[in-house]
Amino acid sequence: MTKRLIEGIIRGDVRSIARAISRIENDTQDKETLIDALYEHTGHALVVGITGPPGSGKSSLLDRIIERERKQGKKVAVLAIDPSSPFTGGAILGDRLRMQKHATDQGVFIRSMASRGHLGGVSGATADAVKVLDAAGFDLIMIETIGVGQTEIEVMNLADVVLLVLVPGLGDEIQALKAGVMEIGDIFVVNKSDKEEANRLKAEIEYVLHLKMSQEQSETNPIFMTSAIQNTGIDQLVQGMHDYVQKMEADGRLAQRRRKRLTLELRTIFTAKVEAHVHNFLDTDHKLDIWIDQILQKKSAPYQLVNRKVAQVLKELKS
Amino acid sequence: MSRKIRILIAKPGLDGHDRGAKYVARALKEAGYEVIYTGIRQSPQAIVQTAIQEDVDFVGLSLLSGAHNELFPEVVRLLRKQGANDVIVFGGGVIPEEDIPFLKKEGIEAVFTPGTPIKEVIEFIESNKERLRQ
Amino acid sequence: MTVKQFLQQAMQRWEESTLKKVLTRFPERKATFFTGSWLPVDRLYLPRPISEEEYLERIGFPGEYPYTRGVQPTMYRGRFWTMRQYAGFGTAEESNKRYKYLLEQGQTGLSIAFDLPTQIGYDSDDPHSIGEVGKVGVAIDSLRDMEILFDGIPLDKVSTSMTINAPAAVLLAFYIALAEKQGVPKDQLRGTIQNDILKEYIARGTYIFPPRPSLRLVTNVFEYCSQEVPKWNTISISGYHIREAGSTAVQEVAFTLADGIEYVQAAINAGLDVDRFAGRLSFFFNAHNDLLEEVAKFRAARRIWAKIMKEKFGAKKERSWMLRFHTQTGGSTLTAQQPDNNIVRVTIQTLAAVLGGTQSLHTNSRDEALGLPTEESVRIALRTQQIVAYESGVTNTVDPLAGSYYVEQLTDRIEDEVWKYLKKIESLGGMVAAIEKGYIQKEIQDSAYRYQKEVEEGERVVVGVNKFTIENEPPKEILRVDPQLRKIQSERLQKLRQERDNKKVEETLQALRMGARDEQVNLMPLILDAARAYATLGEICNVLREEFGEYQESVVL
Repeated sequence: MTKRLIEGIIRGDVRSIARAISRIENDTQDKETLIDALYEHTGHALVVGITGPPGSGKSSLLDRIIERERKQGKKVAVLAIDPSSPFTGGAILGDRLRMQKHATDQGVFIRSMASRGHLGGVSGATADAVKVLDAAGFDLIMIETIGVGQTEIEVMNLADVVLLVLVPGLGDEIQALKAGVMEIGDIFVVNKSDKEEANRLKAEIEYVLHLKMSQEQSETNPIFMTSAIQNTGIDQLVQGMHDYVQKMEADGRLAQRRRKRLTLELRTIFTAKVEAHVHNFLDTDHKLDIWIDQILQKKSAPYQLVNRKVAQVLKELKS
Repeated sequence: MSRKIRILIAKPGLDGHDRGAKYVARALKEAGYEVIYTGIRQSPQAIVQTAIQEDVDFVGLSLLSGAHNELFPEVVRLLRKQGANDVIVFGGGVIPEEDIPFLKKEGIEAVFTPGTPIKEVIEFIESNKERLRQ
Repeated sequence: MTVKQFLQQAMQRWEESTLKKVLTRFPERKATFFTGSWLPVDRLYLPRPISEEEYLERIGFPGEYPYTRGVQPTMYRGRFWTMRQYAGFGTAEESNKRYKYLLEQGQTGLSIAFDLPTQIGYDSDDPHSIGEVGKVGVAIDSLRDMEILFDGIPLDKVSTSMTINAPAAVLLAFYIALAEKQGVPKDQLRGTIQNDILKEYIARGTYIFPPRPSLRLVTNVFEYCSQEVPKWNTISISGYHIREAGSTAVQEVAFTLADGIEYVQAAINAGLDVDRFAGRLSFFFNAHNDLLEEVAKFRAARRIWAKIMKEKFGAKKERSWMLRFHTQTGGSTLTAQQPDNNIVRVTIQTLAAVLGGTQSLHTNSRDEALGLPTEESVRIALRTQQIVAYESGVTNTVDPLAGSYYVEQLTDRIEDEVWKYLKKIESLGGMVAAIEKGYIQKEIQDSAYRYQKEVEEGERVVVGVNKFTIENEPPKEILRVDPQLRKIQSERLQKLRQERDNKKVEETLQALRMGARDEQVNLMPLILDAARAYATLGEICNVLREEFGEYQESVVL
């Protein structure tokens, strides 16, 4: 079954790709075999992250980018990530609505993913989904999220290059964004640039980047003015993005970033697995209440208790 | 367990009345499902491609313009043609009672007409959970 | 002691004695009462004394600013509202028959329903049209279909309303070209085109092009008609669909008037003098269940629009200040269960519209939730209007509910709430900006969701649906549209394309294309040339699609 799935993915069969992503999302038993088997077929795709506050027109922009890339004959995949409701666990995944005109294009694959409160964050599932799409032969894999939370930042770390989309007139967004997401943006896009305050926003971004630059000798981060609705500035953006990536390849930054990404991924997988094994061995799920009672009754202190348990684990390892 | 039920809500044809479809989508989200909503004016091909890419368990079609006898079966036909035999299709909108037997014969397993409470839709989904692949 | 203080004291006395005695034994059905739109409703309303100035300023006289009591001084004592039943289905021949039937039965104006492909600018043989041809209205692909539609109906003898929006200019061109063939001069034509593209983006979904070029087409029509077709109502700014999408009464008025503001501004920006076109703007509202709220709503709408036209746009002519409107009873309130109950609902809604002072009215048929109306159902709907007009007595005096303590205060309350929305929309940059931001759609969706939840939970009773249901509903007779229609229309189109002068068609389409590229050019004359040459609706709209682009829906939940 898994073998047929792998063959299907490498062939680019849509259903196989979709099924594989479902298995990843559902964390099925054969997921790991699947990913490991596909791994040798990955490494060709360019992974682009696109993020920004709600209302910035990311999806409409993505729609235009897909248009341009398709004209160049590239195969494009999109992972659109939306948050699940913390109360009901359900989600409405509506990003693809703005890209639906590509629904019947065989060279475009769009998949909506909900955050689902995954262990290890949604970034784990997204990273694996990227591998599937890479192995399936897509030239460009776009990951779209709302750029506000820690999870979203983690997801953006999966990309080779990140487009940060901002719009004029949204208020103090740029203040909030300085706190983290600005850090991960490589290319800045001022969308809805037909609005009056667009130039002021551009100046603000340049100012913040200037502050950042004085700390590192890095390359300039390009800023592009676009309007998804009016369909302007898109060609320059797409060309600029590819130019930027080329520079990253040339000066080794791309390789560096991919190495860093793999490091992060590996650590995450390690931590998750080791944690799972340790807790399984210690039967934490059942014993936790007892330990808590001990601590509350002052029979044990927190670090004391944990160190004792860890010592147990280490003893087991040695034997 | 991370397994979530994924439902596609789509409006085929030219009908733009989306109040019902939007309500159903939102209510299903509140019931804990993952809902992909395509918006209006979707061709049957676009709906089917979307269903396959999103690997959904159910497809819900909403139509108020009277074109259901042509468009709903077409969606089912294309799904089967692409090998998506396990996707369960249901429909809703302005659909006369007398058309329902025909639609069921064509593979639309349930039709929810005006005034149907949402809990009936949820019951339908829950009662079909066993058939879904794990 | 003032009158107000006197009344307050009297109220207190009543509450502490007579009321209290009953309340302790029989509590009220609910803790709080609301209108259908969630405005709070008190147990009792007392007179609210106002000064003479206030009366003149806020209530006034019918036919005078601010028109709260009606736009004509005699209202239905002079002439009843136009009884205008929306109709159309299948082929032009069948619709023609239904129109003649309705005119014979006493209808006083025609109202044309077009099928979805026509509304979205697709010919019947276009692949997008599969399954949809002739289903929700008549299929009109060219001038030839128009000729059949009006066969035997002289255009100088009827007033025709066409529910068409994105391709309104084209259908109007077909109508004008037809009039030329009948020998009727343009300046005699009376009627309306809906032509309200903004609400399509908000609530109805039959848009084609993006907002800016769409507004250009709208103002082109204003300009052309102000010169050539002066008796024509060039737009029917609509709240009906906004209400049907789930909005409250307040939102219905607020978003409709905000659309109106946008159109007036667009026309002024295009260089038109406000008094030259404002008199031909008309509106289209919903008549919903809560009778008294609806009456208050209509009165408030008139008052607000008059103020906007006079103070914001500086219009000088009285006709520019008047909010004239058509009403349709609320389709979404009608049920598939026990459909005869719908006759009763429509009667209440008819009263709401008439007591609210509508200029024309469409009443829905009892089979609204099942399909297009049968002949019998549509006749009953027409009779409903006639019975209210002739037998109920409400038409014997103007604005009979004025002075009702409840209705006057509700009118004021609705007005206040509408102004709040108008200010908010202005702060967002106007209606187009508000739509792009998704603000309008979200407001409507939230109302729709709340409404539906109340129905699901039984808080809001819908007789026959969540209360007083019956087990086995008897089978209902419904209207069927011939599924062969697409084939028939496709054959017709083929024939047309063979018989017409295709070179001429090409020329006119090319001229249209060139005109579309120049924003200064009024496209109506060019569209008219193409119409006369028997270019099809799809051919004309495809040229414009290529030049203007297509609108992409973008707002979700």
